[in-house]
This record gives sequence, C-alpha cells and structure tokens, in this order.
Amino acid sequence: MTDNTADTPAGPVLAADGRPLKASLNRALRAQKIRALLLIAPLLLFILITFILPIADMLFRSVENQIVRETLPRTVAAMEEWENHDEAPGEDVYAGLYIDLFEAAEFRRHTRVGSRLNYEMTGISSLFRQAGRGVGRFDTDIYTDQFTDLDAAWADYATWTGLMGDSAIRAALPETAAAFDTWVRITIEANEDDPAEENIEDFVFFSLYRDLAGSGYSGSNALLSAAADAVGGFDSISIRDQFEDLDEDWLNPELMETIWVYSPSYTPGYFLTAIDMQLSADGITAQPEDRQIYVTLFGRTLFMSLVIMGSCVLLGYPIAFLLANLPMRVSNILMILVLLPFWTSLLVRTSAWKVLLQQQGVINDILVWVGLVADDARLQLINNQTGTIIAMTHILLPFMILPLYSVMQTIPPSYVRAAKSLGATDWTAFWRVYFPQSIPGIGAGCILVFILAIGYYITPELVGGRTGTFISNRIAYHISSSLNWGLAAALGSILLGVVLILYWIYDRIVGIDNVKLG
Amino acid sequence: MNAYSAPYQAMHEGLEVIWDESSAEAVARLRAMNEAGNITWDLVDVVAADAMRLCDEGLAMEIDHDEVLAPAPDGTPASEDFGDLIVSDCFIPQIVYSTTFGYRTDVEAWGGNTPDDICDVFDLENFPGQRSLERRPIGNMEWALMCDGVDQADVYDVLETEEGIARAFAVLDTIADSTVWWTAGADTPQLLADGEVVLGSTYNGRLFSLIEEQDQPVAMMWDAQVFDLDGWIIPEGLPEDRLARVLDFVRFATDTQRLADQARWISYGPGRASSAPLVGQHAELGIDMAPHMPTDPANAQRTFLFNYEWWADYRDDMDARFQAWLSQ
Repeated sequence: MTDNTADTPAGPVLAADGRPLKASLNRALRAQKIRALLLIAPLLLFILITFILPIADMLFRSVENQIVRETLPRTVAAMEEWENHDEAPGEDVYAGLYIDLFEAAEFRRHTRVGSRLNYEMTGISSLFRQAGRGVGRFDTDIYTDQFTDLDAAWADYATWTGLMGDSAIRAALPETAAAFDTWVRITIEANEDDPAEENIEDFVFFSLYRDLAGSGYSGSNALLSAAADAVGGFDSISIRDQFEDLDEDWLNPELMETIWVYSPSYTPGYFLTAIDMQLSADGITAQPEDRQIYVTLFGRTLFMSLVIMGSCVLLGYPIAFLLANLPMRVSNILMILVLLPFWTSLLVRTSAWKVLLQQQGVINDILVWVGLVADDARLQLINNQTGTIIAMTHILLPFMILPLYSVMQTIPPSYVRAAKSLGATDWTAFWRVYFPQSIPGIGAGCILVFILAIGYYITPELVGGRTGTFISNRIAYHISSSLNWGLAAALGSILLGVVLILYWIYDRIVGIDNVKLG
Repeated sequence: MNAYSAPYQAMHEGLEVIWDESSAEAVARLRAMNEAGNITWDLVDVVAADAMRLCDEGLAMEIDHDEVLAPAPDGTPASEDFGDLIVSDCFIPQIVYSTTFGYRTDVEAWGGNTPDDICDVFDLENFPGQRSLERRPIGNMEWALMCDGVDQADVYDVLETEEGIARAFAVLDTIADSTVWWTAGADTPQLLADGEVVLGSTYNGRLFSLIEEQDQPVAMMWDAQVFDLDGWIIPEGLPEDRLARVLDFVRFATDTQRLADQARWISYGPGRASSAPLVGQHAELGIDMAPHMPTDPANAQRTFLFNYEWWADYRDDMDARFQAWLSQ
C-alpha cells in the first residue's frame, strides 16, 4: 500500500477517461449483467410462468379455505354468538343459513361448498344439494302474505327502492337491507331479470319480519311504523324447524360444528389430513385407525425409493465401469443398449414387465421349466412391492449409469496402475484408489434416481398392486378423481418439504460440491 | 365415434370433429379450464357420477332435455324416452354399460362347474384361482355385502353403518390375497387372456371384444352386474356460436337411430328406450348384438344400479377406508 500511494496522487484511482476506476468498472459490469439477464430473460419468464407460479398456486391451495366464509357469510357471522356447541345453534344461525343457501343455490354454489365440507364430514354433500332445492320451498311466504295483506305497497318494487335508498332506514333494518341487496343481485346477475318486474322473494320479507320483531322501528316512515306495530300479531314460523323438516341432520350439532371449524379463510385441515390427523370439534385428533393411510404411504415411498436407488447403484456401477474401461468399439454398443430404453415409451416398458413378471409370465415359466419353482407355487413378482422395485429400477437405471460413466471416464487409469505397481492387490487398488474417485458420480446418480423415484406414479400405479403404490398415486387420485385439490396440495407440499430436508441432510453428509455429472 | 361423427361429417362438409382422448380426467381438466377461464371442449364424455359432480360444481350446463334432444320417432319426448337415465339436469345419457365378470372356461380345478352367482367370486373353495377386481370401493363393497346375506335393497343402508363396512371388508378379506386390483378397464381382459386370473370384473364391452372378437376361452357371468351410464355434458360458459354448433351436433348424435347404431360397434346398450328395437348386427362380425347387451332380459335377471347420490356423499370417506384396507 505504501509504495502505491507514493506513486499516485491521493484519492480514487481514475480510469483513462478520467472517471473513478471503481465507478467505471461498475458501469461496465452492470452493462454486462443486464445483457446476461436479457439473454436468460425468456427462460426465466418461461420458468416463472409455467413452473414457479403454478407450484406456488398449488402450495397456496393447501391452506386456502375461503369457500365456506364466502358462500355462507351470514351463517358464519351468526355462529360467533353460538355458545353451547353440544347443542345445535339457535334461530339466528339458521336464519343466516337460509338466506346464504338461497343465494348460493341461485348462483349454483351451494353444491360446491357441499362437496368441500363433505371431505370433512360424510353426508354434507347431499344435504347441501337437497337444501338448494329445499330452501326455495320454505314456508316463509307467510311473511310475504302478511306484509302485503297489511299494505299492498309492500309488493311494489318502488316502495322498496324508496325505503332502501334511505340510509337511516337501512341502518335501522340491517338484515332487511342486506337481504334486499342480495335479492337484487340474484335477480340481475343469476337470473338476468329486471328486479322491477319480479316478485320480491320471501326471504326479504322474512328478514323484514326479523328486523321489526327483533328491535322494532322508531323512525318516521309511516309504512314501516304501521308494519312495526302489526308484526306483534303476525303468525310466525321457526326457520330452524323448517330445516329440521327438510332433513333432521341439519340440527345435528356435529354438522354445524364442521361448518364452524372450517369457516376460517385459511385452514390447517388439509395438512392434518395429510398426516392422518383431523381437525374436529375437540381440536386436533388422530384419524380413526381404519382411515390412516398417508403416513404409511410416505414411509413406504421413502423406503422404496431408497431401495430402488440402492439397487440402481449395485446394478449400474459395474455397467458404468465396463463402459468406461472397455475399448471404444464395445463400449459404444453397450452405451446404445443403456440408452435404448429412452427410445421406448414408459408405458410400453412397464407393460412389458407385466408380461415378464406375472405368474403365468415368461420368468415364472422359465423357473418352472428349469424346476426351481413348483408349478402350483409360482412366484408373486408383480402387483406388489417387488414388482414396483424391479420395474422402477429398470426404468431409472440409465439415470444412475450416465453420471457414473461420465465421472469414471475422467479417472486416469494410471492411478490404478501406479497402485498396482506399488504392490496393491486388484481389490485394494480398486477399493482404495478407483472407488473413492468415483464417489461424486455415485452421489449425482443417487440424487437423480432418488428424486425421480420419489415422485413417480405411473409405474407404481400399474404394477404396484396393494403394497407397491406410492404417495404420488394418492396425489394423482386427489387431483384427478376426488377433486380434493387442497389435500393433494398438502400432500405435495409435504413431499416437497421431505425432499428438501433430505437434500439438506445429503449436503451435510456428502457435500453437494462432491457431486459431479462429469 | 363411427356411429356419431362420421355420418354427421358426411352431412356437414368441411366440418372437423376433434376427439380429445383425455376424458378420463374430464372432471379435473374441466375444473382447471374453468378456473383458467378458457374452456377448450364443446362436449365431454363422462360417466354419470362425474356428470353429477360437474353439475354440482357448476361446471356443466343444465339443459332442458326435451328442448335440446330430439324426440323419439313416434313423438315421445326425449325426457320420457331416456327416462330414469337422466340422473342429473346436465347429463345427456348415451349408453348403458355394466361392470360384470368374465371367467375362463378352461379351469380344471373347478371340476366342470362355472360361476353363475356373484357369491362365487368370493368362494375360493369351489372356484379357486386368482381374481381381479377394480381398485376402488364402488361395486366391490355392494357385492361383498350381497354375499354376506344382505338384501340387495338394503345394501346402502347397511353400508352406512360402521358394522356394515366391517362386514363388507371381512368378505373382501377372504379373497384379498388372491386378488389382482385393476385400475384400467383393459387390465382384466389381458389378465384373463394370459390366464393370470380365472375370474375378473370389467366393463361388459371389453369382455365382448375379448370373447367375440379375440375368441378367447372366456365367458360372461352376468349375475349382479352393476349398471352404469355413460353420456355427455356440455361445459358451462360456452360462447353462443360454439353452443349453437354443439347443440346441433348433440341433437343429431343422440337421436334414436344414432344411439342404436352405436351398438353395432360394441355391446353397450343405447340410452333411449326407442333405440332398443333398432339394435342390429355387429358392423364387422355380423353377429346379432341384442343378446350381448347388458340390458337383454336374459342377462339382466339380477342387476344393480349405482346409487349415485349415496356415492357422492360416501365416496371420499369410503375411498380412504378402502385404500387403508388395501395397503394393510
């Protein structure tokens, strides 16, 4: 430092154009970075749009649960006041439910929330489907009749718009105002009609009755005052009884509790289901034993992936060794054989294994013919774990061989020769000199095979039978058959988490720098 | 396809009908299309249970059957011609198929007996050998209970109770170790042809082609066949022009003659009552198709129709139990 300062003037070092060297350098670097970024921008955008965003969206679904709150807002709000959860809630909750279901049915959303809640409690789906038709036939028309008998003006749309245009009246009759708005929305959006030409629905009068009978009316509107005075003498019905008549399950506290437990916008419910737990009235409990499956499946997936990875190492290592050490002519042919499976469809290869491994298949036939196995005790090689392991080892083998081969090619043969010339046996030379140098290839192959194996589902589905299926088969089922995307997302998130943790452990033990693809 | 779109295309020159082969995942794909706001299908082939769910989810269009579909030649409105098969407001029934059993006719261990009762499936003593059943609870649970002395009419009531579920699993337990669980309709025919199983369930049309077209030593056991329906739905939210086009096609392709023609290719019963008398001979084999129909009186002595509503409720719960039971 000292001799530098002796030659140059104090202050920043300048570039040829007189700018400070540091700034000038930075500018050049920045331009380079921007150019590099522009070059990869298409790929980056592509990955972001087609890969990262969908994954993020899917992960979000594992906790998202807005449907209950959005479809049944009044019910959920009224449930805040529900105290004794061992008994069905009171009239207010059912009044909310009535209007919520009416609205949802008009927009055909009631069955959607029904199927959502059916994941948590069997039977809700049809209850909601039924109620969609049922709530329209509730006896709430008695309120309509009584109000219009009292004053025919109540049947007039103009009367209503007049009343509902007054903010003081809206504040005095909150339920009515909300119900009227809902009715207008239904008429315009769901039925595409003109509200002025339609009959006002019963639930609006029902709300009006509840408002007037509940807190009365002390304002100056003559029509409303007259109605408020009259409601005391009105016939009334219990909306709770109406639900009971529809289906007595509506009064089942467990049903209402399920709605309540799953009313928050975000729920841990899917994640709990994914680890064989459940969110119920008593908090978090274990699933009944005859429904526990996911933890077993996660364990099995990990275990079988490890076994597949191990057998790939055992089978792939000698082949890669041969490939790397045989003369070019022979090893090229071997290489083609290794790559050949890539040119065949995965389904064809899996089906070929079926033909080979089944009890009346080629392998059993040969074993019986040789006399190793009796004809009536043919080996069960497929539709179980064995089948999955055999078929998947075969399918994933190239992913082990290729990294091994490329690493082995870089190992100079002179090292082994040197070891031998110093007196090492063949085995010692291999084990102490050659093998350690091939470990980065094993590491790369293992990671590739393991991560591919853990997410596989076509092969286990086809040859897995009872005991050879993976967690990914359940994920696929929930995505495409049961439509429980939340649960599928939770299972997928857990799988992703497990892989990341294993990767971290792997990095700690083997070291990711120690992995080479060539 | 040969029965539906070929004649329609002959009528409308220059029109191309594109069939997408992925409708096995129709429900999931339609939901995804709906969320993305881009419905690429005009008409989707689904089974009745899926049609109900799509209708529930608001993904399929509700239709007025009498307005959209052609009446029978004698003027019977479509809703009466299809009758009970209209299980959902969105569903346009096409065919009746059934899940039934095929067995090999050359099993020596059976001593000349052939299975003719659903309970023979669960009888390893008289009918030893591997079986194949579908890897899902629907159908299997009902059969198991019927063979445990439950009256067919009470099956679903019993299946609602914990005890009933335990009974069904106990029956399935007896054959679990000799059963291959299939997921694709083509599995059982392959397993039967290879002699891998001696008795297996699958769709009756698959067995028809195995027996009649491929001439394998296999025969049908129709007892307690489970009827199911296949048909079409129109996705919700199609633009006017596409909707008009698809409605025109649907009206044509579901008329009495077209549904009867469909049966010339595979042994699935037409959805319309008025099509039944028109069912003729196989297009290539020249054999009479009527006796191969699941709805033929000789075959339909004891039949079972899915309770769609029941399964809509219990499907998730029962599937979880079934899978847990399977992987024990």
